[in-house]
Amino acid sequence: MASVQISDVRKSFGGFEVLHGVSIPIEDGAFVVLVGPSGCGKSTLLRMLAGLENITSGTIAIGDRVVNNVQPKERDIAMVFQNYALYPHMTVAQNMGFSLKLRNAEANDISTRVKKAAEILDLAPLLERYPRQLSGGQRQRVAMGRAIVRDPQVFLFDEPLSNLDAKLRVAMRTEIKELHQRLKTTTVYVTHDQIEAMTMADKIVVMHDGIVEQMGSPLELYDHPENQFVAGFIGSPAMNFLNGHLKVNGAQPYVETDNGSRLPISSAPAASDGRPVIYGVRPEHLDLASDGIEVEVAVVEPTGSETQIVARIGSQELIAVFRDRHQVAPGDKIHLRPRAEVAHLFDKDTGRRL
Amino acid sequence: MTTMQTSMPAQAVYKDTRSLWEKLRTNRNWLALWFMLPTAAFLILFLAYPLGLGVWMSFTDERIGRTGIFVGLENYEWLWNDSIFWLSVFNTLLYTIIASVIKFAVGLYLALLLNRHMPFKAMIRAIVLVPFIVPTVLSAIAFWWIYDAQFSIISWSLIKLGLIDHNINFLGDPNMARGSVIFANIWRGVPFVAITLLAGLQTVSPSLYEAATLDGATDWQRFRYITYPLLTPIIAVVMTFSVLFTFTDFQLVWALTRGGPVNATHLMATLSYQRGILSGRLGEGAAIATAMIPFLLAAIAISWFGMQRRKWQQGSDND
Repeated sequence: MASVQISDVRKSFGGFEVLHGVSIPIEDGAFVVLVGPSGCGKSTLLRMLAGLENITSGTIAIGDRVVNNVQPKERDIAMVFQNYALYPHMTVAQNMGFSLKLRNAEANDISTRVKKAAEILDLAPLLERYPRQLSGGQRQRVAMGRAIVRDPQVFLFDEPLSNLDAKLRVAMRTEIKELHQRLKTTTVYVTHDQIEAMTMADKIVVMHDGIVEQMGSPLELYDHPENQFVAGFIGSPAMNFLNGHLKVNGAQPYVETDNGSRLPISSAPAASDGRPVIYGVRPEHLDLASDGIEVEVAVVEPTGSETQIVARIGSQELIAVFRDRHQVAPGDKIHLRPRAEVAHLFDKDTGRRL
Repeated sequence: MTTMQTSMPAQAVYKDTRSLWEKLRTNRNWLALWFMLPTAAFLILFLAYPLGLGVWMSFTDERIGRTGIFVGLENYEWLWNDSIFWLSVFNTLLYTIIASVIKFAVGLYLALLLNRHMPFKAMIRAIVLVPFIVPTVLSAIAFWWIYDAQFSIISWSLIKLGLIDHNINFLGDPNMARGSVIFANIWRGVPFVAITLLAGLQTVSPSLYEAATLDGATDWQRFRYITYPLLTPIIAVVMTFSVLFTFTDFQLVWALTRGGPVNATHLMATLSYQRGILSGRLGEGAAIATAMIPFLLAAIAISWFGMQRRKWQQGSDND
């Protein structure tokens, strides 16, 4: 196990810079998830950590050792690939033992360690199978087995669950988290799925266009997003954003939307009256209340445990989620009241939190 | 049980009322046969029939212009005691083995080289294909000049460089002639091997190499444990074809040496042509050609059983 220190790392392909100075401290034993939309540079960063891509500038250190010029095999890391990258011509046992074989480990030692890893991952009955004879979830576990057999300093996961169906994904999520709690190996996990990030991470790093937008614990990011991007990216369904202007002159400050509705806020930030802002409120923080803002229901989506309502306020769309079952139908007028204490305000121009 | 019992009478009531022709026309297995018939007819007419005729001819004393009579194994007995025939068998085996091994080694090396990122990759790949595209006889004529006793460009260059003082007798000396035709065959055959293996290499997922790199494999180990085993099915197919083409080669040798000097480069195919067509002894020529069949079958069998053992390629059972 080791800590990882990513300091001001940049990456260019040709003349095109894709990572613009990324710094991420990763504590020993932490489970860190890099999350962001496609093309944000998260996979590139992971591959640089693995040694599959060169580092244009900045440093990456594993433990106390700067690894910029260290060969991948000397870095003592193991990686799980999106397509698993299992060797098709080797059995499960050979796949898992390959790295040990290359290190000239003794056959006995290899077989003991492979068996141990197979037991952890429930793979013992499959050891003599070839990858073709395995299901998606089993392949995924073999890929993980190949990583843990080596007992590396750091585990790297590159979108490992994206090839699985929805149900299996949830199951594997739990399995990976359990594995981490058991082995406590430092883990860097890349995904574009914010739910994976929220459920698995000790620390989430939200990336966008080659920079780190915010890092912190899942709930920190959820409760205090530093900018509109993070606010919109974390949480499902996504946070609602309404354009409006700050009104701070009265006794109770509020945000007035373009069509005149008043949105409550608990305290006014240090800002002038009439400043254009973006008002953010999560779908679960909207209550049905007669003194709320009037909206027109467009779509009702019941999921059983909760009901999602898509409503329109002027030209803007609003999503609300209710645990209780309310009788609403498309076309109804309902009144929604945002909870002032959990509403977020963002600067209209910079998107920064106010 | 109850459901089974109730459904039984219903089944008995159903009766196939289609006519026999209707059944033959729509039955899936028969349908497949109908679709195969035109191809089968074509193959029987142009492949199986001449092959059968050739084998039959080898048991007769047929000559050009005269129908033969059945003579049993007489042609083969004659060949068994014919030192020139045995020389041609030796030449053919030597030619096939040396050329195939070198074609494989050079072709694989070229394929690995072309699979890397490098400037002008597309152009270089196109150039590599040139020897394969040029008609055999045309390249044979080019080689004929290259190997010419008086005007050879190789001899000329080496003399100008001061390395030798007289022309090399490429096609006049038995062993030099063997080497020369083998070289020409390799030059022609390498592109086929290289391009096909390159296609095979490109089906290997790059992430396997990355995984192997992280597992600690060196360049050589990546080749030994990843590339080579994953390429074996394609190698088996390519080398089978390469061996078959080389073993039955005729054009190149005929255009370069006509089997000379003193039969030193006679292959079974050229000897068969010389005896059967030029000398007119069709029966004997057919016997030489037929004698090639066991060798070819053996080559196919080796690759067939080699490929059969690739267990990891087969089946996707989830049981």
